[in-house]
Amino acid sequence: MAFAAFSTNAAPVEAAPKKRSWIAPFLLLPGLAYLSLFFLVPLIALLLTSFQATEFGPLGKEFVYAFQWENYVQAINEYMPHIGRSFFYSITATIFALLIGYPLAYLMGVTLRDFPMWKSLVLMLVIAPFFFSFLLRALAWKQLFADSGPVVGVLNMLGLFGPGDYLNGTDFSVIFGLTYTFIPFMTLPIYTSLDRLDIRYLEAAGDLYGKPATNFWKVTIPLSMPGIVSGTLLTFIPASGDYINASNMFLGSPSTAMIGNVIESNYLITQNFPIAAALSIALMAVILVAVSIYIRRSGTEDLL
Amino acid sequence: MIGNFAEAGADLELVGISKRFPGFTAIQELDLLIPAGSFFALLGPSGCGKTTTLRLVAGLEEPTTGKILIGGKDITNIKSYRRPVNTVFQSYALFPHMTILENVAFGLRRRKIPNAIELATEVLKLVELEHAANRKPSQLSGGQQQRVALARAVVNRPALLLLDEPLGALDLKLRRQMQLELKSIQSEVGLTFVHVTHDQEEAMTMADTIAVMNKGRIEQMGSPSELYDLPQTVFVANFLGQSNLFSGKVIENNANSFTVDVSGKAVKVPTKRAQRHSGSVTVGVRPEKLDMHLNKPKDAANLNILGPGVISDVSYTGVSSTYFVDVPGIGNMTVFAQNLEESENFGAGQQVWLSWVVDHTFGLADMPEDEGKFVRDDDTTSLAALELADLIEEIEEEM
Ligand SMILES: Nc1ncnc2c1ncn2[C@@H]1O[C@H](COP(=O)(O)OP(=O)(O)O)[C@@H](O)[C@H]1O
Ligand SMILES: [Mg+2]
Repeated sequence: MAFAAFSTNAAPVEAAPKKRSWIAPFLLLPGLAYLSLFFLVPLIALLLTSFQATEFGPLGKEFVYAFQWENYVQAINEYMPHIGRSFFYSITATIFALLIGYPLAYLMGVTLRDFPMWKSLVLMLVIAPFFFSFLLRALAWKQLFADSGPVVGVLNMLGLFGPGDYLNGTDFSVIFGLTYTFIPFMTLPIYTSLDRLDIRYLEAAGDLYGKPATNFWKVTIPLSMPGIVSGTLLTFIPASGDYINASNMFLGSPSTAMIGNVIESNYLITQNFPIAAALSIALMAVILVAVSIYIRRSGTEDLL
Repeated sequence: MIGNFAEAGADLELVGISKRFPGFTAIQELDLLIPAGSFFALLGPSGCGKTTTLRLVAGLEEPTTGKILIGGKDITNIKSYRRPVNTVFQSYALFPHMTILENVAFGLRRRKIPNAIELATEVLKLVELEHAANRKPSQLSGGQQQRVALARAVVNRPALLLLDEPLGALDLKLRRQMQLELKSIQSEVGLTFVHVTHDQEEAMTMADTIAVMNKGRIEQMGSPSELYDLPQTVFVANFLGQSNLFSGKVIENNANSFTVDVSGKAVKVPTKRAQRHSGSVTVGVRPEKLDMHLNKPKDAANLNILGPGVISDVSYTGVSSTYFVDVPGIGNMTVFAQNLEESENFGAGQQVWLSWVVDHTFGLADMPEDEGKFVRDDDTTSLAALELADLIEEIEEEM
């Protein structure tokens, strides 16, 4: 039935009879082993590091195991602006990616449904950027946004930009870079939702006096909600921790540093491991809380 | 019209409607007038174009030619959401993300009717589902979903209600009950119902007028008793109830009747009950009109007699029995007879004569050979059917 496609939206009438079998846990073993080795162990190590204390011994700076929770207070106090900026950037980029990705997904999943050739073409265009390295693409945008580049040139010509104005290293360029990077991650899950949207629901809504715009809000959007939630999460979570777009070397500048850049410099440059670890854990905690509230509110708990 | 409940039903008129899909003609030159307030049934086998006809009226499909009028107003180019029409979809199309109550209230809310929830609850009571108001469609059985689909359309009291096999998923008892409910809703408000079904019994019991549809055309239209008593084509004679059909040449024409030579036996037909009166014709009689006799009955002017034949099979159905009688030169005839005392005499293998009153004979406009055979044209279904027929013929020849 058509409803099967949306079974994630509601509990099934009867639960399948529960079978006790050793096959399922057995099949899960490799996955569980992988998870514990590459997720759980590093996570615990990170947690331990975040509470380490700094001591100055004969070999110079040393970190010893302790329970120095003040690391968190220090990290958060010191880097509050970066944390705020990170979420401002990632939320803004998520919104733009949604505004661009949804129509794109709608075009592929609904409008071009009966034109498979065109549909594949658009799908290819959405996926094509993946064929080039992410770093290369960020560098390419840096070139395009450069002071002598075409974008600034056009803005100058139109008189919108004066001699002192620039694009690279601004909030705009970082948000643009983030949006651009994550559009495919936003588009593809929404596309899968819309692709199996049964047009008959829209016909029924029209038959019940719903105008096309109303039907879009009352039927299409709710039925593509699982895709919207997956897409926004796939964008928001990595965008919050992104440190490429906002870095000096790419589209950012010191004034656009995000929390990812701060963690990077604490780890690799100042080698202040406890603070870097504390920031990582704090970022993870904030994202976890934000995401669970979001999922609650959007009514798609069963995605979890 | 939208914004208010319909005060009464509206006429529906289809003028020269045809619908071609790429490579396939689903509806051909359809002309139809359904008077306001009537309960109209569109009866036909699966794939004959019933759903397509309703979709054209609902505005979900555009006709290739022709126009559609509701209440005298041409709505051919009016968008579906502006038409005073509601549909009970064959696939239900209940919104999976809304509760049953929200589903039912959807149309009312779009029209900003103030007490939408109240009205929706009332209609849910009517279909005995008020206890399920807060469930999602996927938590209901097929029959329950079908009743919600019905409630969701009926609650809007449209001038014209289109029902696409709305009772197909219900069990017999509930179906009977819903048939009565539908009938009472319809007559109470005087709405126009167009009820699509492939169940001839349902069409006969519910509708004022039945149109029998076949391969995208309406074969015959009329009241249930007219259609049953006087079918005009082989298709109608066989689709609406059962018939015994005979073909032969007209050999004699009288004032009120004519005689057909059926493999050497004379069968008389009242002239006014026949579509054709000369040449090769097909005539028929309903199985319950036939009488069986152990001995040859006396010839009479108002009686058609065939026989002797042999009873090849008897099936007992409670009220009556169905007898299959093999009459040499004519073929198998079906007889419905009540189970009376003399029935014991009619066992399999018994030789019998059959008779019926001439006035019960009807004459058809076409011949049985036409039935099932498509005219050779380019549409895909007929090409496929022709190929299949050729293949079967070939296999049979080899055997
Ligand atoms: N969108 C379409 N494209 C091509 N053929 C179609 C389409 N919709 C229906 N048809 C064909 O039209 C014929 C009539 O279909 P339909 O009206 O659904 O039949 P019914 O409801 O009487 O079973 C069928 O043979 C079907 O295959
Ligand atoms: Mg149908």
